[in-house]
Amino acid sequence: MYAYDELDRTLINERVSEFRDQVKRRLSGELTEEEFKMLRLQNGVYLQLHAYMFRVAIPYGTLSSKQLRRLAHVARRYDRGYGHFTTRQNIQFNWIKLAELPDALAELAEVGIHAMQTSGNNMRNVTSDQWAGVAPGEVEDPRIWSEILRQHTTLHPEFSFLPRKFKIAITASEHDRAAIKIHDIGLRLHKNADGETGFEVLVGGGLGRTPFIAKTIKPFVAGRDILSYVEAILRVYNQYGRRDNIYKARIKILVHELGIEKFAKEVDEEWKQMDGGGLTLDHSVIDEVRARFSYPAYEKLPHMPDELKQAAHDPLFERWRKNSVAPHKVQGYSIVTLSLKPVGGPPGDATADQMDAIADLADKYSFGEIRVGHEQNLALPHVAKRNLPQLWKALDRLGLATPNVNLVTDIIACPGLDYCSLANARSIPIAQELTRRFANHDTAEMIGRLHINISGCINACGHHHVGHIGILGVEKNGEEFYQITIGGRADENAQMGALIGPAVPYAEVADVIEDIVEAYLALRDRPEELFVDTVKRLGVEPFKERVYATR
Amino acid sequence: MRLVKNGRITTDLFVHVAEGAELPGDGAILVPAAQFLADPEAVLKHGKVGVIWPNNRDLDDLVPYLDRLAAVALVFPSFRDGRAYSQARLLRERHGYDGELRATGQVLRDQFVFMSRAGFDAFEVKKDADADAFAETVKRYSVFYQPTGDGRVTALNRRMQLRHSESAGQ
Repeated sequence: MYAYDELDRTLINERVSEFRDQVKRRLSGELTEEEFKMLRLQNGVYLQLHAYMFRVAIPYGTLSSKQLRRLAHVARRYDRGYGHFTTRQNIQFNWIKLAELPDALAELAEVGIHAMQTSGNNMRNVTSDQWAGVAPGEVEDPRIWSEILRQHTTLHPEFSFLPRKFKIAITASEHDRAAIKIHDIGLRLHKNADGETGFEVLVGGGLGRTPFIAKTIKPFVAGRDILSYVEAILRVYNQYGRRDNIYKARIKILVHELGIEKFAKEVDEEWKQMDGGGLTLDHSVIDEVRARFSYPAYEKLPHMPDELKQAAHDPLFERWRKNSVAPHKVQGYSIVTLSLKPVGGPPGDATADQMDAIADLADKYSFGEIRVGHEQNLALPHVAKRNLPQLWKALDRLGLATPNVNLVTDIIACPGLDYCSLANARSIPIAQELTRRFANHDTAEMIGRLHINISGCINACGHHHVGHIGILGVEKNGEEFYQITIGGRADENAQMGALIGPAVPYAEVADVIEDIVEAYLALRDRPEELFVDTVKRLGVEPFKERVYATR
Repeated sequence: MRLVKNGRITTDLFVHVAEGAELPGDGAILVPAAQFLADPEAVLKHGKVGVIWPNNRDLDDLVPYLDRLAAVALVFPSFRDGRAYSQARLLRERHGYDGELRATGQVLRDQFVFMSRAGFDAFEVKKDADADAFAETVKRYSVFYQPTGDGRVTALNRRMQLRHSESAGQ
């Protein structure tokens, strides 16, 4: 955990009082809605179909139990008793009243939580691997750098009115769980030939109506130079990014229009002239931030405790363990993923009661720490293996032990037309129906790893382009239709999925997905070949034939 | 519109010269970039001269004249358009410009902190109530994460100082 000091606390309190003043001026009519809109967006407040939506940042996906309890409290006191975890390590509340927002923010600030820059055309919440600091084989804890970047990007005097939103993600593992290739800037922590720690910097990734996979702009930038290099990228973007067309304003379009070589040259020139610009991080500064991350005092525990051996006789426990429990870098400990994808439930939602209960379990079994991942699930990052059977029982009672992590029912979905004013079609009911169709865990296990991503419009909040199966809601003559893509992925081999054929109406989506999955089962050359690999090997055609033969 | 300079509401001594208009006989003037660049030497003879520089024009053409200008006015066509923040920092921090740096266009209360951090010291404030609230608004924040040319000490530096003074006391 990162511990806020007096300065961090002062800043977020000052932000709360500034926002309180802005709300007051809006309510009194001193600010027009047009003027207020930008101000509220800078603080995570959207106007949705039915009410204001409030998006709160969970920087790099790390929460303390105390913070999670406070989120539960906000859900209960200011909303309708639940919250929705998003694909960018945020939580959203959907029924907030504007006049009460400053109080909700003040309560969150007391535990070091804020909503700064969770929307608007600025640098958004810096995201990272939800297993940061506990995943085996990591170069180092990417949250140190995430926090350095979080501070640097917060209320930045030059880059708070960019052409469009700007998202940064950081990973330090070979397997990319932070989806860095679909971010405006993706940072991959690694060591160069001299053993020095630094970053591969990628730029220009993003989804939406013109999706791009990020390109490498520099294979190695030393850690001490990362802030100045990022600043150089931002300065080029702030000046030359398009402002004439909202759909062409992201940095990916600038990179695409200039070409990565030319863009890289512009950035390099700027970077040279900046000459550090006071942003070079010496060791003591990095150590200062590192020192404020605390790590649990792990015990020396056996690799295979008796409790685990005994519990292995219970097939339900074993099924959950094999699905939801991942190796930890410390012997005797595990990382446990809590599925927020129960059969029939909206993906990523948690009730206030569940949040409180998870906070209690985190105190009991995970040194008071919780993680939030971009797949809209939670994790307890430091669970002693001997406690897994007890934890499982507790999670099962809470409806948080659905053994479907990374399986077909672990669906990523945006809020869609049920909440969002931008949406063309519903997302949540499609996800709910699919979880019912594939509710049988044996079938889901037999299918294996398969990511379904659903977006209710081209803005792609559900990351449909990079789902193994992507479902995109569109509107045709006033009706909901869905385009389906296959073969996308969001990890280190990120790529966009390919369209399988004409859009299908709402009522047929689940049937089509079942057909695609059946086609895969018939086409895969062995059970271990993942869906996405079969698509890679055979292309779209055999799937298309299967789906459209009878339609 | 009110002018706030060095933190106080003040009378604007500069006359804005409209695009293509004749230069007035005397007094300080703010001239559009195109008019200035058409014959910089002639304009500079006028005396106290400031230039209104658009936010989509490279600063390179202006840089040779900076030490002879009394003011540079940068433009915010909309408060959502943040290009002039970069221009301001470049003028102050890279080109060492130390004359008046004025924010013009849609200049509203909630930009004051960002603008002053970027190096602006004069503000053509759109709403009177915002101008009246200037002094109080720029004091909203006491903690800053980024180093800019405004000289405010960053949080990181304050922490390092604190750490040094603690270890010195041990």
